Amino acid sequence: MKDRDYANSGIKSKKEKYINIIVFILLALGAVTMVFPFFYMVMTSFMTKNQYLSAELKVIPDPWVWGKYSEVLSKGNFISGIINTLCVEVPVLVIGGFTSTLAAFSFAKLKFRGKGAIFMGLLATIMIPFAVIMIPQYVMFTQLKWTDSLLPLIIPACFGNVSMIFFLRQNLTSIPNDLMDAAKLDGCGYFRTFLQIYFPLMKGAVGTQITLWFMAIWNDYLAPTIFLRSESTWTLQVVIRSFNTYYSIQSDYALIMAASVIAMIPTIILFFCFQKVIIESVAISGIK
Amino acid sequence: MSGQKKVKHHMSAMAKREERTGLLFVAAPAIGFLLFMLWPIIFAVLTSLTNWNGAKGFQGMMSKFCGLNNYVKLFSDRKFWQTLVTTTIYLIGIPIGMILGLLLAMGMNRKIPGVRILRTMYYLPVISSLVAVSILWAWVYNYDYGLLNVIIKTLTGMHGPNWLGDEVLIKVAMIIFMVWKGLGTSIILYLAGLQNIPRNYYEAAMVDGANGWQKFRNITLPLLSPVTFYILVTTLIGGFQVFVEVQVMTPNGNGGIGYSAATIVFYLYQKAFESYQLGYASAIAVILAIIIFIITLINFIGQDKWVKTIE
Repeated sequence: MKDRDYANSGIKSKKEKYINIIVFILLALGAVTMVFPFFYMVMTSFMTKNQYLSAELKVIPDPWVWGKYSEVLSKGNFISGIINTLCVEVPVLVIGGFTSTLAAFSFAKLKFRGKGAIFMGLLATIMIPFAVIMIPQYVMFTQLKWTDSLLPLIIPACFGNVSMIFFLRQNLTSIPNDLMDAAKLDGCGYFRTFLQIYFPLMKGAVGTQITLWFMAIWNDYLAPTIFLRSESTWTLQVVIRSFNTYYSIQSDYALIMAASVIAMIPTIILFFCFQKVIIESVAISGIK
Repeated sequence: MSGQKKVKHHMSAMAKREERTGLLFVAAPAIGFLLFMLWPIIFAVLTSLTNWNGAKGFQGMMSKFCGLNNYVKLFSDRKFWQTLVTTTIYLIGIPIGMILGLLLAMGMNRKIPGVRILRTMYYLPVISSLVAVSILWAWVYNYDYGLLNVIIKTLTGMHGPNWLGDEVLIKVAMIIFMVWKGLGTSIILYLAGLQNIPRNYYEAAMVDGANGWQKFRNITLPLLSPVTFYILVTTLIGGFQVFVEVQVMTPNGNGGIGYSAATIVFYLYQKAFESYQLGYASAIAVILAIIIFIITLINFIGQDKWVKTIE
């Protein structure tokens, strides 16, 4: 009896092994299909116009043309697009990151009336489509005469980010309240308790959220395209979209692809560096 | 006695301080919510009752009051219905992405090498700029020189179809693109969900002689239902707001031949920021918000029927 069981499991694990090999091959094929457009994108950026307009399946550039990237960078709008994007990123992440973290601490560790209601109100905003508030916001920013600057993208975001507050609050529930009581007994003020006791413990989670937020701002297109009325304030995504409109008439796809590749590099690098925590943070959102 | 009273008084003073501080610390997001969310929502509803084109400020708007006229007009607006239908057709990508994501996640949940690299490869489109990958896919779908038609020509010798120049195919092309873009998220969510299922559930089922399908049907699917629910809710909310893909991928950003690729948000955008019919556009926005609200509500009411939790 025992022997048969043993033999059985042997067969089973052998069968299992074959299944795993087949599964691996399928997964790998799928993965290559997923990534292939990116590969083709990079390759196109190095091709001559003759090659990519030849309608032949030749993926490797022949000859290699290196000049498109420097050409992209020399187009006036491109560098200013990067600078404008960074001019949004820095104040938003510093100020908005601070207000969000402080609010998360308050929601998780302090007692005050109306806490639940305020929190639910903020959470409900996730459901509100941006399409609904973009017209009123546009009217508001026009009347404030902000639409010739980056302020429409900076000011509202400085008030905080709901999903960051939500995640940090969740994260804080795993940090014991004893620290709070101890700090109270020592006569430590709330702000100092936050800054010196809790913030160091939240650093990792804050870092992840800031990284995700950085990527979201970097990739944002709809808000910038509505609110930024003068070309000199365009952020990078608006610039590459205008490149696409302008240079596809001339069939200069190498240039368009080079511009898009550069626009994607920062988020891809960030993702590779912080992959583990980013994926964890995404996964948690589904389970919680 | 008096001592106790004193302590109580002292406590309440501390509690008061905590209350004030607590409110102060959440003041920024709360004010932000009032200024940039709540007020705009009220304003959108007000605007939707006018024929305002943005001129002469708030008073200019109120002087253009027209009641429910915009909503009545919407009912017989062919373009509105067309974009609403197109938006709904795009939602087909949601179940496709969920099924593919679940299958792939189940594959990755086995003992196979390189799962981390595979996962990263599938996730790459998610973190990439939507504008950049829309540009990329417009190039892939290019009629004469795009990767897809070049492959089709190499394999079959025939010229591939005009993906972005055909009223039906452009929708297929959009759905394929959207599935590709979002697949990584459902894989990661499902994979986390699968790893969350206790091993002994499957062991118990084995003892009972359950086969693979039965295990999948009776353990995996029900225990993944919270993840499925989460994906469903978030992708439906997102699915009604498709815009960038349409603007970037259709030639000249015109919404495609016969407006065939245009979504409801795309239509709203054009009404608001190209023809400055702010009142009419706001009415579309209000309808959109109501649709999203109702669908989310249905989801939450319906969840008792099929969403299980692990005890």
